[in-house]
Amino acid sequence: MTQPNAPTLPDGLVVFLKRECETCRMVAPLLTEFPVAVFTQDDPAFPDSLPSVHDGNLSLSWHHDIETVPTLLRIVDGAEVERTVGWLRTDWQRITGLATLGDDLPIMRPGCGSMSVDPDLAPGLAAAFGGNVLTSRRLELADRDDEFEMLFDRGFTDGLPVVPPTEERVLRMLEGTHRDPHEIVTIVPPDLVPVTIEKIAVNAVMAGCKPEYLPWVIAAVEAVCTDEFNIHGVLATTMPVGPVIVCNGPGTRAIGMNGGGNAMGQGNRANLTIGRAVQLVVRNVGGGRPGEVDRATHGNPGKIAFCFAELESSSPWTSLAQSRGFEPSDDTVTVFAGEGPRCIVDQKARTAAELANTFAACLRTLHNPKLVIGFDTVLVVGPEHARVFADDGWDRERVLAELHARLDSPGSDLVWGAGGIADGIPPHLKDLTLPKFRPDGILLVHAGGGAGLFSAMIGGWANGTTGSQPVTWPVTYDAANTDESEAS
Amino acid sequence: MTKVLLDPTGERSVPHRERLARPASFDGHVVALLDISKPRGDVFLDQLEQRLTAAGAQVRRYKKPTFTKPAPVDLRHEIATQCTLVIEALAD
Repeated sequence: MTQPNAPTLPDGLVVFLKRECETCRMVAPLLTEFPVAVFTQDDPAFPDSLPSVHDGNLSLSWHHDIETVPTLLRIVDGAEVERTVGWLRTDWQRITGLATLGDDLPIMRPGCGSMSVDPDLAPGLAAAFGGNVLTSRRLELADRDDEFEMLFDRGFTDGLPVVPPTEERVLRMLEGTHRDPHEIVTIVPPDLVPVTIEKIAVNAVMAGCKPEYLPWVIAAVEAVCTDEFNIHGVLATTMPVGPVIVCNGPGTRAIGMNGGGNAMGQGNRANLTIGRAVQLVVRNVGGGRPGEVDRATHGNPGKIAFCFAELESSSPWTSLAQSRGFEPSDDTVTVFAGEGPRCIVDQKARTAAELANTFAACLRTLHNPKLVIGFDTVLVVGPEHARVFADDGWDRERVLAELHARLDSPGSDLVWGAGGIADGIPPHLKDLTLPKFRPDGILLVHAGGGAGLFSAMIGGWANGTTGSQPVTWPVTYDAANTDESEAS
Repeated sequence: MTKVLLDPTGERSVPHRERLARPASFDGHVVALLDISKPRGDVFLDQLEQRLTAAGAQVRRYKKPTFTKPAPVDLRHEIATQCTLVIEALAD
Protein backbone atom coordinates (compact mmCIF):
# COMPACT_ATOMS: atom_id res chain seq x y z
CA MET A 1 0.00 0.00 0.00
CA THR A 2 1.49 3.30 -1.05
CA GLN A 3 0.78 6.46 0.90
CA PRO A 4 -1.07 9.29 -0.87
CA ASN A 5 1.24 11.88 -2.41
CA ALA A 6 4.13 9.44 -2.35
CA PRO A 7 7.17 10.37 -4.44
CA THR A 8 6.98 8.43 -7.69
CA LEU A 9 9.23 5.45 -8.22
CA PRO A 10 10.78 4.90 -11.66
CA ASP A 11 8.99 2.55 -14.02
CA GLY A 12 10.43 -0.92 -14.20
CA LEU A 13 11.87 -2.93 -11.36
CA VAL A 14 12.72 -1.31 -8.03
CA VAL A 15 14.36 -2.86 -5.00
CA PHE A 16 14.84 -1.59 -1.43
CA LEU A 17 17.85 -2.91 0.52
CA LYS A 18 20.11 -2.28 3.46
CA ARG A 19 23.62 -3.58 3.96
CA GLU A 20 22.89 -4.73 7.50
CA CYS A 21 20.46 -7.34 6.16
CA GLU A 22 21.95 -10.72 5.38
CA THR A 23 19.26 -11.56 2.83
CA CYS A 24 19.95 -8.24 1.08
CA ARG A 25 23.62 -9.09 0.86
CA MET A 26 22.69 -12.51 -0.52
CA VAL A 27 20.55 -11.10 -3.36
CA ALA A 28 22.81 -8.13 -4.16
CA PRO A 29 24.94 -9.99 -6.75
CA LEU A 30 21.78 -10.88 -8.69
CA LEU A 31 20.95 -7.23 -9.28
CA THR A 32 23.45 -6.98 -12.12
CA GLU A 33 21.50 -9.58 -14.09
CA PHE A 34 18.49 -7.34 -14.88
CA PRO A 35 17.72 -3.62 -15.02
CA VAL A 36 16.63 -2.43 -11.60
CA ALA A 37 16.59 0.83 -9.65
CA VAL A 38 18.23 0.18 -6.31
CA PHE A 39 17.36 2.14 -3.17
CA THR A 40 19.55 1.56 -0.16
CA GLN A 41 18.56 2.55 3.34
CA ASP A 42 21.71 2.46 5.44
CA ASP A 43 24.98 2.44 3.48
CA PRO A 44 24.95 4.68 0.37
CA ALA A 45 27.73 2.50 -1.11
CA PHE A 46 25.67 -0.65 -0.91
CA PRO A 47 25.53 -2.74 -3.01
CA ASP A 48 29.10 -2.53 -4.16
CA SER A 49 28.39 -3.97 -7.59
CA LEU A 50 26.15 -1.23 -9.01
CA PRO A 51 24.97 2.33 -8.47
CA SER A 52 22.21 2.92 -5.96
CA VAL A 53 20.10 5.77 -4.61
CA HIS A 54 20.48 6.43 -0.92
CA ASP A 55 17.06 6.74 0.74
CA GLY A 56 18.79 8.52 3.56
CA ASN A 57 15.76 10.18 5.11
CA LEU A 58 13.70 7.03 4.42
CA SER A 59 11.09 9.13 2.65
CA LEU A 60 10.66 6.69 -0.22
CA SER A 61 10.66 3.70 2.11
CA TRP A 62 8.05 5.30 4.36
CA HIS A 63 5.79 6.56 1.60
CA HIS A 64 5.81 3.22 -0.19
CA ASP A 65 5.21 1.25 3.02
CA ILE A 66 8.38 -0.78 2.79
CA GLU A 67 8.20 -3.01 5.86
CA THR A 68 10.84 -5.56 4.90
CA VAL A 69 14.11 -5.50 3.01
CA PRO A 70 14.70 -6.68 0.43
CA THR A 71 11.44 -5.62 -1.21
CA LEU A 72 11.21 -6.00 -4.97
CA LEU A 73 8.55 -4.03 -6.82
CA ARG A 74 7.46 -3.68 -10.38
CA ILE A 75 6.26 -0.21 -11.35
CA VAL A 76 4.15 0.52 -14.42
CA ASP A 77 3.20 4.11 -15.30
CA GLY A 78 4.26 5.19 -11.83
CA ALA A 79 2.05 2.65 -10.07
CA GLU A 80 3.05 -0.47 -8.23
CA VAL A 81 1.76 -3.64 -9.85
CA GLU A 82 3.77 -6.33 -8.08
CA ARG A 83 5.68 -6.69 -4.84
CA THR A 84 7.55 -9.42 -3.02
CA VAL A 85 9.33 -9.21 0.32
CA GLY A 86 12.41 -11.08 1.45
CA TRP A 87 13.77 -13.67 -0.95
CA LEU A 88 11.23 -16.02 -2.44
CA ARG A 89 12.89 -17.44 -5.51
CA THR A 90 9.70 -18.12 -7.49
CA ASP A 91 8.46 -14.56 -6.87
CA TRP A 92 11.72 -12.98 -7.93
CA GLN A 93 11.85 -15.17 -11.06
CA ARG A 94 8.29 -14.28 -11.98
CA ILE A 95 8.64 -10.54 -11.38
CA THR A 96 11.95 -10.24 -13.22
CA GLY A 97 10.93 -12.68 -15.96
CA LEU A 98 14.22 -14.54 -15.49
CA ALA A 99 13.32 -18.20 -15.10
CA THR A 100 16.67 -19.26 -13.68
CA LEU A 101 17.38 -16.25 -11.46
CA GLY A 102 19.06 -17.32 -8.24
CA ASP A 103 18.75 -21.00 -8.94
CA ASP A 104 21.82 -21.57 -6.78
CA LEU A 105 20.25 -19.74 -3.85
CA PRO A 106 17.89 -21.22 -1.29
CA ILE A 107 14.21 -21.33 -2.19
CA MET A 108 13.33 -18.84 0.49
CA ARG A 109 14.97 -16.53 2.98
CA PRO A 110 13.04 -14.04 5.09
CA GLY A 111 14.20 -10.47 4.92
CA CYS A 112 14.87 -7.99 7.69
CA GLY A 113 12.80 -5.14 9.05
CA SER A 114 12.90 -2.00 6.97
CA MET A 115 14.52 0.94 8.74
CA SER A 116 11.29 2.86 8.07
CA VAL A 117 9.43 0.62 10.54
CA ASP A 118 12.16 0.66 13.18
CA PRO A 119 10.24 1.50 16.38
CA ASP A 120 12.80 4.16 17.22
CA LEU A 121 12.46 5.84 13.84
CA ALA A 122 8.86 5.27 12.73
CA PRO A 123 7.19 7.95 14.86
CA GLY A 124 9.66 10.55 13.63
CA LEU A 125 9.03 9.53 10.02
CA ALA A 126 5.27 9.65 10.56
CA ALA A 127 5.67 13.14 12.03
CA ALA A 128 7.88 14.25 9.14
CA PHE A 129 5.90 12.71 6.29
CA GLY A 130 2.48 11.87 7.70
CA GLY A 131 1.17 15.39 7.45
CA ASN A 132 -2.21 15.99 8.93
CA VAL A 133 -2.76 13.08 11.29
CA LEU A 134 -2.37 15.36 14.29
CA THR A 135 -4.74 18.28 14.38
CA SER A 136 -3.66 20.02 17.59
CA ARG A 137 -2.49 23.59 17.25
CA ARG A 138 1.27 23.82 16.75
CA LEU A 139 3.22 25.93 19.20
CA GLU A 140 6.45 27.08 17.64
CA LEU A 141 9.44 27.92 19.78
CA ALA A 142 12.38 30.02 18.76
CA ASP A 143 15.78 28.38 18.79
CA ARG A 144 16.74 29.79 22.15
CA ASP A 145 13.43 29.22 23.86
CA ASP A 146 13.51 26.63 26.61
CA GLU A 147 10.58 24.33 25.97
CA PHE A 148 10.30 23.33 29.63
CA GLU A 149 10.03 26.95 30.72
CA MET A 150 7.59 27.69 27.92
CA LEU A 151 5.31 24.91 29.15
CA PHE A 152 5.42 26.37 32.66
CA ASP A 153 4.84 29.90 31.37
CA ARG A 154 1.74 28.88 29.47
CA GLY A 155 0.23 27.21 32.51
CA PHE A 156 0.25 23.72 31.03
CA THR A 157 1.92 21.97 33.97
CA ASP A 158 0.86 20.84 37.42
CA GLY A 159 3.85 22.57 38.97
CA LEU A 160 6.33 19.89 37.95
CA PRO A 161 8.20 19.79 34.65
CA VAL A 162 6.45 17.94 31.84
CA VAL A 163 7.80 16.10 28.84
CA PRO A 164 7.52 18.44 25.83
CA PRO A 165 4.75 17.06 23.57
CA THR A 166 6.46 16.95 20.20
CA GLU A 167 4.69 15.52 17.17
CA GLU A 168 7.02 12.54 17.25
CA ARG A 169 6.31 11.74 20.89
CA VAL A 170 2.56 12.13 20.45
CA LEU A 171 2.56 9.84 17.40
CA ARG A 172 4.51 7.29 19.37
CA MET A 173 2.02 7.60 22.24
CA LEU A 174 -0.87 7.01 19.84
CA GLU A 175 0.62 3.63 18.97
CA GLY A 176 -0.65 2.56 22.39
CA THR A 177 -4.23 2.44 21.14
CA HIS A 178 -6.09 1.39 18.02
CA ARG A 179 -8.62 4.14 18.54
CA ASP A 180 -8.83 6.94 16.00
CA PRO A 181 -6.85 10.00 17.16
CA HIS A 182 -9.79 12.18 16.16
CA GLU A 183 -12.41 10.20 18.09
CA ILE A 184 -14.13 12.36 20.67
CA VAL A 185 -13.87 10.39 23.88
CA THR A 186 -15.93 12.46 26.27
CA ILE A 187 -16.69 15.99 27.42
CA VAL A 188 -14.32 17.34 30.07
CA PRO A 189 -15.61 19.64 32.80
CA PRO A 190 -15.49 22.31 33.98
CA ASP A 191 -15.32 24.02 30.58
CA LEU A 192 -17.23 21.13 28.98
CA VAL A 193 -14.70 20.69 26.19
CA PRO A 194 -14.81 17.65 23.88
CA VAL A 195 -11.57 15.70 24.24
CA THR A 196 -10.11 13.54 21.49
CA ILE A 197 -7.80 10.56 21.77
CA GLU A 198 -5.11 12.88 20.36
CA LYS A 199 -5.52 15.44 23.13
CA ILE A 200 -5.36 12.71 25.76
CA ALA A 201 -2.19 11.45 24.09
CA VAL A 202 -0.64 14.94 24.18
CA ASN A 203 -1.26 15.16 27.91
CA ALA A 204 -0.11 11.57 28.44
CA VAL A 205 3.20 12.48 26.80
CA MET A 206 3.51 15.46 29.10
CA ALA A 207 2.78 13.30 32.14
CA GLY A 208 5.57 10.91 31.16
CA CYS A 209 3.46 7.93 30.08
CA LYS A 210 4.63 5.11 27.87
CA PRO A 211 2.33 4.24 24.94
CA GLU A 212 1.10 1.09 26.64
CA TYR A 213 -0.33 3.19 29.45
CA LEU A 214 -2.54 5.19 27.10
CA PRO A 215 -5.59 2.86 27.18
CA TRP A 216 -5.57 3.17 30.97
CA VAL A 217 -5.42 6.94 30.82
CA ILE A 218 -8.28 7.01 28.30
CA ALA A 219 -10.40 4.73 30.50
CA ALA A 220 -9.76 6.86 33.58
CA VAL A 221 -10.61 10.06 31.70
CA GLU A 222 -13.84 8.46 30.51
CA ALA A 223 -14.64 7.36 34.05
CA VAL A 224 -14.04 10.71 35.75
CA CYS A 225 -16.05 12.56 33.12
CA THR A 226 -19.23 10.60 33.79
CA ASP A 227 -22.10 12.38 35.44
CA GLU A 228 -21.88 9.81 38.26
CA PHE A 229 -18.30 10.65 39.14
CA ASN A 230 -18.93 14.39 38.69
CA ILE A 231 -15.40 15.67 38.20
CA HIS A 232 -16.77 19.22 38.10
CA GLY A 233 -17.85 18.94 41.70
CA VAL A 234 -14.76 16.99 42.76
CA LEU A 235 -12.67 19.78 41.30
CA ALA A 236 -14.70 22.69 42.59
CA THR A 237 -15.10 21.50 46.16
CA THR A 238 -13.14 23.06 48.97
CA MET A 239 -12.47 19.55 50.32
CA PRO A 240 -9.04 18.02 49.59
CA VAL A 241 -10.16 15.37 47.13
CA GLY A 242 -9.22 14.30 43.64
CA PRO A 243 -9.59 11.21 41.48
CA VAL A 244 -8.07 8.16 43.16
CA ILE A 245 -7.60 5.52 40.48
CA VAL A 246 -7.50 1.83 41.42
CA CYS A 247 -6.50 -0.45 38.54
CA ASN A 248 -7.45 -4.11 38.20
CA GLY A 249 -6.77 -6.91 35.77
CA PRO A 250 -3.90 -8.72 34.11
CA GLY A 251 -2.99 -5.59 32.17
CA THR A 252 -1.75 -3.97 35.38
CA ARG A 253 1.02 -6.57 35.48
CA ALA A 254 1.66 -6.29 31.75
CA ILE A 255 2.43 -2.58 32.00
CA GLY A 256 4.36 -2.94 35.23
CA MET A 257 2.02 -1.23 37.67
CA ASN A 258 2.73 -1.48 41.35
CA GLY A 259 0.25 -2.92 43.82
CA GLY A 260 2.92 -4.06 46.25
CA GLY A 261 5.40 -2.20 48.41
CA ASN A 262 4.90 1.57 48.31
CA ALA A 263 1.95 1.11 45.94
CA MET A 264 0.61 4.56 46.76
CA GLY A 265 4.02 6.18 46.93
CA GLN A 266 6.72 7.16 44.53
CA GLY A 267 8.88 5.10 42.26
CA ASN A 268 6.58 3.44 39.73
CA ARG A 269 6.27 5.12 36.37
CA ALA A 270 2.95 3.56 35.34
CA ASN A 271 1.18 4.36 38.61
CA LEU A 272 2.35 7.94 38.71
CA THR A 273 2.10 8.94 35.09
CA ILE A 274 -1.34 7.45 34.49
CA GLY A 275 -2.69 9.35 37.46
CA ARG A 276 -0.87 12.48 36.42
CA ALA A 277 -2.09 12.31 32.83
CA VAL A 278 -5.71 12.24 33.97
CA GLN A 279 -5.15 15.34 36.07
CA LEU A 280 -3.39 17.10 33.19
CA VAL A 281 -6.36 16.39 30.90
CA VAL A 282 -8.70 17.92 33.46
CA ARG A 283 -6.38 20.89 33.82
CA ASN A 284 -5.49 21.55 30.21
CA VAL A 285 -8.51 20.35 28.27
CA GLY A 286 -11.20 20.90 30.88
CA GLY A 287 -9.72 24.11 32.24
CA GLY A 288 -9.81 22.89 35.85
CA ARG A 289 -7.04 24.79 37.59
CA PRO A 290 -6.35 25.56 41.25
CA GLY A 291 -7.48 29.02 42.23
CA GLU A 292 -9.99 29.05 39.40
CA VAL A 293 -12.69 26.38 39.42
CA ASP A 294 -10.55 24.24 41.74
CA ARG A 295 -11.31 25.83 45.12
CA ALA A 296 -9.66 23.29 47.43
CA THR A 297 -8.84 24.68 50.85
CA HIS A 298 -5.78 22.49 51.24
CA GLY A 299 -5.75 20.02 48.39
CA ASN A 300 -3.59 16.94 48.82
CA PRO A 301 -0.45 15.59 47.15
CA GLY A 302 -2.56 12.96 45.40
CA LYS A 303 -4.01 15.67 43.20
CA ILE A 304 -0.80 15.48 41.20
CA ALA A 305 -1.26 11.75 40.71
CA PHE A 306 -3.00 9.07 42.76
CA CYS A 307 -3.17 5.77 40.94
CA PHE A 308 -2.21 2.24 41.95
CA ALA A 309 -2.98 -1.37 41.18
CA GLU A 310 -4.74 -3.85 43.41
CA LEU A 311 -2.36 -6.64 44.44
CA GLU A 312 -4.44 -9.46 43.02
CA SER A 313 -1.79 -12.15 42.81
CA SER A 314 -1.55 -12.73 46.57
CA SER A 315 -4.98 -11.50 47.59
CA PRO A 316 -7.13 -13.83 49.68
CA TRP A 317 -10.18 -12.09 48.24
CA THR A 318 -11.96 -11.41 45.01
CA SER A 319 -10.85 -8.11 43.53
CA LEU A 320 -12.47 -4.72 43.77
CA ALA A 321 -13.38 -4.93 40.08
CA GLN A 322 -15.04 -8.30 40.58
CA SER A 323 -17.07 -6.87 43.43
CA ARG A 324 -18.25 -4.26 40.96
CA GLY A 325 -19.36 -6.73 38.29
CA PHE A 326 -16.27 -7.39 36.21
CA GLU A 327 -14.36 -10.59 35.47
CA PRO A 328 -10.82 -11.33 36.70
CA SER A 329 -9.67 -11.19 33.08
CA ASP A 330 -11.02 -7.66 32.58
CA ASP A 331 -8.76 -4.65 32.79
CA THR A 332 -10.54 -1.85 34.62
CA VAL A 333 -10.06 1.41 36.41
CA THR A 334 -12.15 2.37 39.41
CA VAL A 335 -12.19 6.07 40.12
CA PHE A 336 -12.99 7.39 43.57
CA ALA A 337 -13.13 10.98 44.76
CA GLY A 338 -10.70 10.71 47.62
CA GLU A 339 -8.31 12.49 49.90
CA GLY A 340 -4.85 11.24 50.86
CA PRO A 341 -4.41 7.86 52.56
CA ARG A 342 -4.27 7.56 56.34
CA CYS A 343 -2.50 4.69 58.04
CA ILE A 344 -4.33 2.15 60.20
CA VAL A 345 -1.91 0.53 62.65
CA ASP A 346 -2.53 -2.69 64.53
CA GLN A 347 0.49 -4.89 65.15
CA LYS A 348 -1.03 -6.97 67.91
CA ALA A 349 -4.28 -8.32 66.48
CA ARG A 350 -4.05 -12.01 65.71
CA THR A 351 -7.74 -12.66 65.13
CA ALA A 352 -9.99 -11.24 62.48
CA ALA A 353 -12.38 -9.93 65.11
CA GLU A 354 -9.64 -8.00 66.91
CA LEU A 355 -8.45 -6.47 63.69
CA ALA A 356 -11.98 -5.55 62.64
CA ASN A 357 -12.35 -3.72 65.93
CA THR A 358 -9.31 -1.60 65.15
CA PHE A 359 -10.42 -0.96 61.60
CA ALA A 360 -13.85 0.13 62.77
CA ALA A 361 -12.44 2.42 65.44
CA CYS A 362 -10.27 4.15 62.85
CA LEU A 363 -12.90 4.26 60.14
CA ARG A 364 -15.33 5.86 62.53
CA THR A 365 -13.11 8.95 62.69
CA LEU A 366 -13.19 9.55 58.96
CA HIS A 367 -13.61 13.30 58.31
CA ASN A 368 -15.43 13.72 61.64
CA PRO A 369 -16.59 10.97 64.00
CA LYS A 370 -20.03 12.52 64.06
CA LEU A 371 -20.53 12.68 60.28
CA VAL A 372 -22.12 9.52 58.93
CA ILE A 373 -23.40 7.98 55.69
CA GLY A 374 -22.40 10.96 53.56
CA PHE A 375 -18.84 9.85 52.75
CA ASP A 376 -17.45 6.61 51.33
CA THR A 377 -13.95 5.20 51.82
CA VAL A 378 -11.41 3.10 49.98
CA LEU A 379 -9.99 0.69 52.54
CA VAL A 380 -6.59 -0.51 51.38
CA VAL A 381 -5.78 -3.62 53.36
CA GLY A 382 -2.12 -4.56 53.53
CA PRO A 383 -1.11 -8.19 52.90
CA GLU A 384 -0.20 -8.88 56.53
CA HIS A 385 -3.54 -7.59 57.75
CA ALA A 386 -5.34 -9.46 54.98
CA ARG A 387 -3.66 -12.64 56.16
CA VAL A 388 -5.10 -12.17 59.65
CA PHE A 389 -8.59 -11.99 58.16
CA ALA A 390 -7.93 -14.89 55.78
CA ASP A 391 -6.58 -17.12 58.55
CA ASP A 392 -9.96 -16.87 60.26
CA GLY A 393 -11.74 -17.59 56.99
CA TRP A 394 -13.15 -14.12 56.44
CA ASP A 395 -13.81 -13.47 52.77
CA ARG A 396 -14.46 -10.04 51.28
CA GLU A 397 -18.15 -10.11 52.10
CA ARG A 398 -17.52 -11.20 55.70
CA VAL A 399 -14.93 -8.49 56.29
CA LEU A 400 -17.28 -5.83 55.01
CA ALA A 401 -20.25 -7.17 56.96
CA GLU A 402 -18.24 -7.30 60.19
CA LEU A 403 -16.97 -3.76 59.70
CA HIS A 404 -20.41 -2.35 58.96
CA ALA A 405 -21.78 -4.15 62.02
CA ARG A 406 -19.19 -2.40 64.20
CA LEU A 407 -19.89 1.04 62.77
CA ASP A 408 -23.44 1.70 63.88
CA SER A 409 -23.99 4.61 66.27
CA PRO A 410 -26.98 5.87 68.24
CA GLY A 411 -28.23 9.09 66.74
CA SER A 412 -28.13 10.75 70.13
CA ASP A 413 -24.32 10.54 70.03
CA LEU A 414 -24.22 12.19 66.62
CA VAL A 415 -26.63 15.11 66.82
CA TRP A 416 -25.43 18.66 66.61
CA GLY A 417 -23.73 19.59 69.88
CA ALA A 418 -23.43 16.07 71.29
CA GLY A 419 -20.07 15.48 72.95
CA GLY A 420 -19.37 19.17 72.81
CA ILE A 421 -18.93 18.99 69.05
CA ALA A 422 -21.11 21.33 67.05
CA ASP A 423 -21.13 19.35 63.83
CA GLY A 424 -23.08 16.16 63.31
CA ILE A 425 -26.61 15.28 62.28
CA PRO A 426 -29.91 17.16 62.75
CA PRO A 427 -31.65 16.63 66.09
CA HIS A 428 -34.70 14.92 64.62
CA LEU A 429 -32.50 11.87 63.87
CA LYS A 430 -31.49 11.36 67.49
CA ASP A 431 -33.61 8.24 68.07
CA LEU A 432 -32.26 6.36 65.08
CA THR A 433 -29.29 4.00 64.91
CA LEU A 434 -27.12 5.15 62.05
CA PRO A 435 -24.29 3.46 60.15
CA LYS A 436 -21.01 5.26 59.48
CA PHE A 437 -21.13 4.20 55.83
CA ARG A 438 -23.89 3.44 53.37
CA PRO A 439 -24.06 -0.29 52.50
CA ASP A 440 -21.66 -0.08 49.55
CA GLY A 441 -19.64 2.75 51.04
CA ILE A 442 -16.48 0.75 51.84
CA LEU A 443 -14.41 -0.15 48.78
CA LEU A 444 -12.08 -2.93 49.87
CA VAL A 445 -8.74 -3.17 48.05
CA HIS A 446 -5.78 -5.45 48.71
CA ALA A 447 -2.46 -3.69 48.20
CA GLY A 448 0.85 -3.03 49.85
CA GLY A 449 4.18 -4.60 50.66
CA GLY A 450 4.70 -7.99 52.20
CA ALA A 451 5.91 -6.68 55.54
CA GLY A 452 4.00 -4.37 57.85
CA LEU A 453 0.84 -4.86 59.86
CA PHE A 454 -0.68 -1.73 58.39
CA SER A 455 -3.58 -0.75 56.20
CA ALA A 456 -4.81 2.57 54.88
CA MET A 457 -8.09 4.36 54.54
CA ILE A 458 -8.88 6.98 51.96
CA GLY A 459 -11.75 9.25 52.82
CA GLY A 460 -14.18 10.28 50.12
CA TRP A 461 -16.17 13.31 49.16
CA ALA A 462 -19.94 13.81 49.31
CA ASN A 463 -21.35 10.57 47.94
CA GLY A 464 -24.48 9.54 46.13
CA THR A 465 -26.29 11.19 43.29
CA THR A 466 -25.76 14.64 44.75
CA GLY A 467 -21.98 14.19 44.97
CA SER A 468 -19.63 11.65 43.45
CA GLN A 469 -20.19 7.95 42.89
CA PRO A 470 -17.27 5.56 42.42
CA VAL A 471 -17.17 4.47 38.79
CA THR A 472 -15.54 1.34 37.36
CA TRP A 473 -14.71 1.54 33.68
CA PRO A 474 -13.30 -1.07 31.29
CA VAL A 475 -9.94 -0.49 29.63
CA THR A 476 -10.41 -1.05 25.90
CA TYR A 477 -7.77 -1.65 23.31
CA ASP A 478 -9.81 -1.88 20.12
CA ALA A 479 -10.76 0.83 17.68
CA ALA A 480 -14.45 0.81 18.49
CA ASN A 481 -15.38 1.32 22.09
CA THR A 482 -18.89 -0.04 22.25
CA ASP A 483 -18.80 -1.26 25.82
CA GLU A 484 -19.50 1.98 27.60
CA SER A 485 -22.80 0.69 28.87
CA GLU A 486 -20.87 -1.87 30.91
CA ALA A 487 -19.60 0.77 33.28
CA SER A 488 -20.98 0.37 36.74
CA MET B 1 15.86 24.43 14.07
CA THR B 2 12.50 25.61 15.31
CA LYS B 3 10.96 23.34 17.89
CA VAL B 4 7.29 22.56 17.50
CA LEU B 5 5.08 21.35 20.33
CA LEU B 6 1.43 20.38 20.32
CA ASP B 7 -1.10 22.42 22.27
CA PRO B 8 -2.42 20.28 25.15
CA THR B 9 -5.49 22.44 25.76
CA GLY B 10 -9.01 22.31 24.42
CA GLU B 11 -8.02 25.26 22.19
CA ARG B 12 -11.05 27.26 23.15
CA SER B 13 -11.06 30.97 23.64
CA VAL B 14 -13.47 31.64 26.44
CA PRO B 15 -15.44 34.83 25.81
CA HIS B 16 -14.83 37.49 28.42
CA ARG B 17 -18.00 38.99 29.76
CA GLU B 18 -18.03 42.23 31.69
CA ARG B 19 -20.18 42.38 34.79
CA LEU B 20 -23.15 44.68 34.63
CA ALA B 21 -22.62 48.04 36.24
CA ARG B 22 -23.75 48.16 39.88
CA PRO B 23 -27.28 49.65 39.89
CA ALA B 24 -27.82 52.96 41.66
CA SER B 25 -31.01 51.66 43.23
CA PHE B 26 -33.27 48.62 43.28
CA ASP B 27 -36.12 50.47 41.65
CA GLY B 28 -37.60 48.28 38.96
CA HIS B 29 -35.18 45.44 39.62
CA VAL B 30 -36.05 41.84 40.36
CA VAL B 31 -33.33 40.19 42.45
CA ALA B 32 -32.79 36.42 42.26
CA LEU B 33 -31.47 34.77 45.42
CA LEU B 34 -29.96 31.42 44.51
CA ASP B 35 -29.62 28.86 47.27
CA ILE B 36 -26.96 26.33 46.24
CA SER B 37 -28.26 23.76 48.74
CA LYS B 38 -25.44 24.03 51.23
CA PRO B 39 -26.43 23.89 54.90
CA ARG B 40 -27.57 27.23 56.27
CA GLY B 41 -27.33 29.00 52.96
CA ASP B 42 -31.03 29.69 53.46
CA VAL B 43 -30.28 31.50 56.73
CA PHE B 44 -28.00 33.86 54.89
CA LEU B 45 -30.48 34.35 52.07
CA ASP B 46 -33.38 34.99 54.49
CA GLN B 47 -31.42 37.91 55.91
CA LEU B 48 -30.60 39.20 52.48
CA GLU B 49 -34.19 38.94 51.36
CA GLN B 50 -35.35 41.02 54.32
CA ARG B 51 -32.84 43.74 53.64
CA LEU B 52 -33.38 43.79 49.91
CA THR B 53 -37.13 43.94 50.31
CA ALA B 54 -36.74 46.79 52.78
CA ALA B 55 -34.61 48.56 50.20
CA GLY B 56 -37.39 48.33 47.65
CA ALA B 57 -36.27 45.32 45.64
CA GLN B 58 -38.55 42.63 44.37
CA VAL B 59 -37.01 39.29 45.39
CA ARG B 60 -37.40 35.82 43.94
CA ARG B 61 -35.91 32.71 45.54
CA TYR B 62 -34.34 29.81 43.63
CA LYS B 63 -32.52 26.65 44.67
CA LYS B 64 -30.07 24.33 42.97
CA PRO B 65 -30.77 20.59 43.37
CA THR B 66 -27.26 20.06 44.75
CA PHE B 67 -24.29 22.24 45.53
CA THR B 68 -21.94 19.70 43.93
CA LYS B 69 -23.00 20.29 40.36
CA PRO B 70 -23.54 23.36 38.19
CA ALA B 71 -27.01 24.84 38.15
CA PRO B 72 -29.18 23.09 35.55
CA VAL B 73 -29.65 24.95 32.28
CA ASP B 74 -33.38 25.35 32.87
CA LEU B 75 -32.79 26.98 36.24
CA ARG B 76 -30.25 29.38 34.77
CA HIS B 77 -32.66 30.23 31.99
CA GLU B 78 -35.47 30.78 34.46
CA ILE B 79 -33.39 33.19 36.51
CA ALA B 80 -32.14 35.02 33.43
CA THR B 81 -35.63 35.57 32.07
CA GLN B 82 -37.34 36.47 35.33
CA CYS B 83 -34.73 38.58 37.11
CA THR B 84 -32.37 41.47 36.49
CA LEU B 85 -29.92 40.85 39.34
CA VAL B 86 -28.71 37.67 41.03
CA ILE B 87 -27.06 36.87 44.35
CA GLU B 88 -25.68 33.38 44.95
CA ALA B 89 -25.21 32.03 48.47
CA LEU B 90 -22.01 30.14 48.14
CA ALA B 91 -21.32 28.33 51.36
CA ASP B 92 -22.32 27.36 54.84
